[in-house]
Amino acid sequence: MTPPGSSSDAARVAGLAAALARVGQLERTYMEVCGTHTMAVSRYGLRDLLPPGMRLVSGPGCPVCVTAVGDLDVVVALSRLPGVTIATFGDLVRVPSSRSSLAVERAAGADVRVVYSPVDAVDLAAAEPDRQLVLVGIGFETTAPTVAGALLVARERGLPNFSVLSLHKTMPGALRALLDSGESRIDGFILPGHVSVVTGSDCFRFLASEYGVGGVVAGFTADDVLTALLMLARQERPAIEIGYRRAVTAAGNRVAQDVIARVFEPCDAVWRGLGAIPDSGLRLSAEFRAYAAEERFTVDPGAPEEPAGCRCGEVLRGVIDPPDCPLFGRRCTPEMPVGACMVSSEGSCAAHFRYRALDLSGGGRV
Amino acid sequence: MSDGARILLGHGSGGRLYRDLVRDVFLAHFDNPVLARLDDAAALVAAGRIALTTDAHVVQPLVFAGGDIGRLAVAGTVNDLATAAARPLGLAAAFVIEEGFEMARLHEICASMAATAAEAPVAIVTGDTKVVQRGAADGLFITTTGVGEIVVDHEVAAAAAVAGDVLLLSGTLGDHALAVLAARGDFHFTLDVQSDCAPLWGLVEAALAAGGTTVHFLRDPTRGGLATVLAELAEETGLGIDVDEDALPVSAAVRSACSLLGYDPLALANEGKMVLAVAPEGAEAVLGALRGRTEGARAARIGTLVAQHPGRVALRTPYGTRRVVDMPVGELLPRIC
Repeated sequence: MTPPGSSSDAARVAGLAAALARVGQLERTYMEVCGTHTMAVSRYGLRDLLPPGMRLVSGPGCPVCVTAVGDLDVVVALSRLPGVTIATFGDLVRVPSSRSSLAVERAAGADVRVVYSPVDAVDLAAAEPDRQLVLVGIGFETTAPTVAGALLVARERGLPNFSVLSLHKTMPGALRALLDSGESRIDGFILPGHVSVVTGSDCFRFLASEYGVGGVVAGFTADDVLTALLMLARQERPAIEIGYRRAVTAAGNRVAQDVIARVFEPCDAVWRGLGAIPDSGLRLSAEFRAYAAEERFTVDPGAPEEPAGCRCGEVLRGVIDPPDCPLFGRRCTPEMPVGACMVSSEGSCAAHFRYRALDLSGGGRV
Repeated sequence: MSDGARILLGHGSGGRLYRDLVRDVFLAHFDNPVLARLDDAAALVAAGRIALTTDAHVVQPLVFAGGDIGRLAVAGTVNDLATAAARPLGLAAAFVIEEGFEMARLHEICASMAATAAEAPVAIVTGDTKVVQRGAADGLFITTTGVGEIVVDHEVAAAAAVAGDVLLLSGTLGDHALAVLAARGDFHFTLDVQSDCAPLWGLVEAALAAGGTTVHFLRDPTRGGLATVLAELAEETGLGIDVDEDALPVSAAVRSACSLLGYDPLALANEGKMVLAVAPEGAEAVLGALRGRTEGARAARIGTLVAQHPGRVALRTPYGTRRVVDMPVGELLPRIC
C-alpha cells in the first residue's frame, strides 16, 4: 500500500476513477454500510470522483446513529442514579435522548466519563470502589470484543462495582432487514472493513446467495473505497469479495469471535430506523449476567419519543438522502443536532452537511 | 521555604503570608523595576495606538512535553497581542491557586513564565493572587492580560483581507493538543510530540518588517485549530478560501496519531503558530522571513482568499476533490489551554 496522500497514491486514485468512469455508465446505487466509510467518502471528497450514474448511500453502520432512543433514555436514567458513573465513547454524550442527553445530565451533576478504550473504564471502577461504574457498550462486532475483554479483566480483578450496559449490535441481521423491507434500491454493498476483520467476509455471503446483491469488503483509504466500487461495478454476477485483503479473511478472527461468543449471547435488538430485528443484538451471556447493568439497576426511563420531524430512520435505511429531511441544515446542524445522524462524526447527516455546503455555493470539482 | 511547603488559605489573605509569597515567588522570578514598586497599577509608556487582550489558562495537566501553564499563559497573551501587530509592553498575571498547591510547583511554573517573558520579550509588571479552599479550583488557573503597542499604521485585521491574498501558516499543526493529551495519559501508546507553545512577537515582527503593508491579517490557530481560523476569516470577510491539503505542514507523529484516533489536524489546537493573509506581492518575502526563524522553519503557503464560494473554506484533497472545512463542534478536547 502506498502512503495515503502521497503522489503515487493520488495517481492510483486518479487511475481508479478513470476505470470507474469506463465501467460505471449504468445507474447504480451502492450502500456504504459502515460509518467510517461514510467519513472517508466525505473526507476525501470521493463523490466528486464517481461516474454520473453511480450513487452512494449511507447505511446503518454508525453505532451512535442506530442506537434506539429508548436505549439512550435508559443510559440517561442510569446516569441520574446516585453513586453511578457512566463511562462511554465520546460521540454518545451529545446525542439527544427523548428528553435529555448525557451532556445535559453531566452539566446537571451526573458523573459521565469519556473513555478511549473500554479497559480504561475498568481502571475507573478500580480507582473509585465506592461508585458503581457502568460501561455503555455500543458498536458492532468491532467494539464488542474490546468490551468483552474489559469485562474479563474486571472479573479477574474482582471488581464488584463494574457493570456493562450492552447495546451492541451485529451487522448481518440489519442488512437482511434492510433488504427484506425492499424500500430502497441497493445494487451492491461496500461492506464494513473493521467488522469483517472480526467476523470474516463469509457471514455476508447470504447477501449474494439469497438476495442477489453483491458486496465488497473495503478498507478506509480513498484507494480502498474506489477499489471496492470498481470491483462491485465489474461483478458479472452478485458475489461477496474482499477488497481489503491486508486485514480481512473469509473466516475472520477466531479469537475475537470466541470472546464474543463467551461473554455475549444473541438477543433481539431495536435499531433506530430499522425497528426490532431478531437476534441482531448482543447481551451478556448467563455466565456474565451478574455484570449486566440492566440486572443490577432498576430505572424507569419513560416512553421513548423520537424528535418531531426527524427522518434519521429513513436516512439510516438509505431511503432518503440527508438533505431530503426538512430539518437538515435548518433546525438540525452539527452545532444543534436534532437527530443522532447529525451528532456522530460517522453520521451520514453530519458528513453530508459538511460536503453539501460547497455544492450549495456553486462549487464542485476543482 | 521548607520541603513540601504548600499554599495555605492565608497566602491569599493580603497579610504577612501574602507579602512573603509576593516577595519570595513572584518578585524573585519576575524581577523588574515596575513590578518591584508593588503599586496597585503599573505605569507604562506607549507612543501610539495600543492593543489590550486577556486570556484565562486552565490547562490540565499543568506540565506537558514542551511547556506548562506558565509558558502558555505568557505566550498565549503575547501571541494575541501579536495578531494585532502589537509589540508587548507589559503583562498582568492573576493567579487563582487551590489551597494545598505545592510551593515547589508554583516556583517551577513562575520560573517558566519568567523565561518565556524574557524570550518574548516582555515584563510581567503587575498581578494578583487569590487562594481558594481545597476542591474549589483544580490546582492553578492563571489569567494574563497584556498591553501592546501597535507598530504599524495600516489595518491588520480580517476587514483588511482581500481576494487574492495568500495564506501562510508558520509551521506544523496539532502539536500542542496532542502533547497535552499525551501528558494526560489518555493514550495507551507513547507519542513523540512536543507542544509548540512559544511567544511569537519576534516572528510577527520579522514578517511585518519583510512584508510591510502587504500583511493584511494575523491570527493564531489555538482552540478550534486552523479550521476555526479559516472558517472565521471566510465568514468575517465574506470571501471564499481555498486551501491545499498537500501544503499543510503536519509532523509524521501527529499525522499517524490523528489517523489512529480519528482526529483532524486542522481541528487541533496550536500555541505557537500564526496564520497570515498577505498580498501576493509580499508573500514570498514574508514566507522567507518566517522560515528564517526557528519558530517559522516549517512555514508554508497553504491557500488563497478567493471571490468564489463566499463564506466557505474549500479544502483541495490530494485527489483533486474538494471538501468543506467547518469549525469543529462540541467539546473535542476540553482544558487544552
